[in-house]
Amino acid sequence: MLSIKNLRVSINNKEILKGVNLEVRPGEVHAIMGPNGTGKSTLASVISGREIFTVDEGEILYKGKNLLDMPVEDRASEGIFLGFQYPVEIPGVSITNFMRTAVNEQRKYHGLDPMPANEFLAKMEEKKKMLEIHAKLANRSVNEGFSGGEKKKNEIFQMAMLEPSLAILDETDSGLDIDALKIVASGVNKLRRPDNAFVVITHYQRLLEYIVPDIVHVLFDGRIVRSGGKELAIELEEKGYEWIKAELV
Amino acid sequence: MDGTITGGTTTQEALLRLWDEKRDMLGISDPERVAQLRQNAMQGFRNLGFPHTKLEKWRNTDLSRMLGNAFTFPFEAQIENVDLDEVFKCDVPGFNTFMVAQYNGRYIERGNRLADASRGVIVCSLSEAFSKHADLIEKHFGRYADVENNSLTALNTAFAKEGVFIYVPDNVEVTEIIQVVNIINSDETVFLQPRNLVIAGRNSSLKLVQCDDSIDDHPGFINAVTEVYAGENSVIDHYKLQNKNDRSALVNSMYFQLEAGSSLSTNAISLNGGLIRNETNVKLNGRGSHADVLGVYLMDRNQHVDNQVFIDHAMPDCTSNELFKGILDDHASGVFNGHILVRKDAQRTNAYQNNKNILISDKAVIDTKPFLEIYADDVKCSHGATVGQLDPEAMFYLRSRGISQDNARMLLMYAFAAEIVNRISIPQLRLRIDDLVKKRLRGELSVCDQCVLHCNAREQKVAFEIDMSKI
Repeated sequence: MLSIKNLRVSINNKEILKGVNLEVRPGEVHAIMGPNGTGKSTLASVISGREIFTVDEGEILYKGKNLLDMPVEDRASEGIFLGFQYPVEIPGVSITNFMRTAVNEQRKYHGLDPMPANEFLAKMEEKKKMLEIHAKLANRSVNEGFSGGEKKKNEIFQMAMLEPSLAILDETDSGLDIDALKIVASGVNKLRRPDNAFVVITHYQRLLEYIVPDIVHVLFDGRIVRSGGKELAIELEEKGYEWIKAELV
Repeated sequence: MDGTITGGTTTQEALLRLWDEKRDMLGISDPERVAQLRQNAMQGFRNLGFPHTKLEKWRNTDLSRMLGNAFTFPFEAQIENVDLDEVFKCDVPGFNTFMVAQYNGRYIERGNRLADASRGVIVCSLSEAFSKHADLIEKHFGRYADVENNSLTALNTAFAKEGVFIYVPDNVEVTEIIQVVNIINSDETVFLQPRNLVIAGRNSSLKLVQCDDSIDDHPGFINAVTEVYAGENSVIDHYKLQNKNDRSALVNSMYFQLEAGSSLSTNAISLNGGLIRNETNVKLNGRGSHADVLGVYLMDRNQHVDNQVFIDHAMPDCTSNELFKGILDDHASGVFNGHILVRKDAQRTNAYQNNKNILISDKAVIDTKPFLEIYADDVKCSHGATVGQLDPEAMFYLRSRGISQDNARMLLMYAFAAEIVNRISIPQLRLRIDDLVKKRLRGELSVCDQCVLHCNAREQKVAFEIDMSKI
């Protein structure tokens, strides 16, 4: 469903991605690992459409459509979801209204009428229950005053509401204690289906104990230098990234 | 209608001439002090003239274009042909207030009774107060407004005749919300000078909403002055709602006098208007008094808004809190001047000031200036001003969930304004203003909304399809 070919991306004339290739099929969970500053977050940003980057070469196809021609919001409506590493606080916008606006705009994109209010509220309740979110979300402003863990849970909640076909989780595990990590991971596992896919970006192997990937990639210096099964993550954890570096030289 | 200007005469000359013609009629029920005050005020205006951009306080607000109109000065506005039901129509469900109106400057009431009248509360025209409540006029009228340095206040004082008078006796909490609607509906270009006086006795409380509306698209100039006396331990909740047409100028000068232990919240909500200037003067004149001075302005096209706030901490242990937020689009321009004076004896003063702005277009301008003048040593004062665009990270976040750029922008603007709107303590009013803000941001709010004439098809701005009714 996602096909990235020879993707070269720069920011302020500094090349960050230097020819990335990636194929993601429905039902798969991919993990992208690598040291800091190798381009993991850039890859997530470019797929979801952040406009500060320049794509110098290559293509990203999603379900056969050229993503790079689409504005951010259309990519979202096509089914791409980005779980932010640093979710943004938006004082004054309630989560209910945020999600209702998002759900209805995505429906509009697909030619559907807005979801009736009662149906929407029921869906919110259902997803909260599924994700074991107990806090009264509805009237709170988006991420305002949330703890790190709450922000990440809120990302997973949004993912559950929007039901994307491809979710990219950018370092969702960073800053989480083990309990929050388990809740986030179990949320992802509950949302796994044969027709959707996940790309989990992480620095550590820890998250992958709870979200078991089908394929692990190592991104290093703007390229995917190695791909393998879930045992690659364990090997990385044991040997460290120095091992990859040494092999590359 | 009186005093139509003929070609070649400036507005100032016309007013001076009008003064000579009308001075005897104006002062007919004046106590001696007020008669002298009028004379002094007129002399003040004669000396100072209209404010111009060479004055520091008027550097960024230019009245000259508006003053170039040929005005009429209605002294006895005709109301025979007015449908009072139309004038008093309020489109807010559940927003019940005791409403009086100034229609082209003429005070009119609906004829229904103020329930609190039985407890001594008075709401009447200023001219009626001059004849019936001379003691209160003598005690308060013109005591708080500055006729020496402020030429527009001086001009208003000299001509003070029509306006609203509100009196709340000691120990009375007014249960009704009092709403004063100032409407202009005239084929002529009018120059109006409403003068209001509000007196809240000891331990009293009052909720007051002042609305300035245009009904049509005619130009007009309003030079309004309101004096508010807050007696000891009184509580005043005050709102100004301004929705004027693009060809009108509104200068609204408020003078609040706060006695010991009293508490004021005043909130200026400027939704539309060619030129709006709010001068909010608060004198914390008694120990332990408190003022919240809030405002929000949403301007676009060529509109101009100017908020001048002067907080005078004259006594110890007082607090003041200013927060003004604004969104300016297109060629709109804004000014914020916040002057805090802490006098020598005003120890343990807490004074905060903040002005936050979002400029949507690169042609929009805001000029924001704090001015703290502190003579006491045990004082906590802070000020801040921000000017920015909508947060690009927040925009990306909203859009990454499928929300279009236009709607994401609107959500963020709404959220920005909500901080002020949420502080409106009257729930029905908060809902109404919330609704008006949303309409304004959707580009649907027009002063012609409620007009039955539909005289001109205004250019409609882009209407968004977002449903924000359930925020």
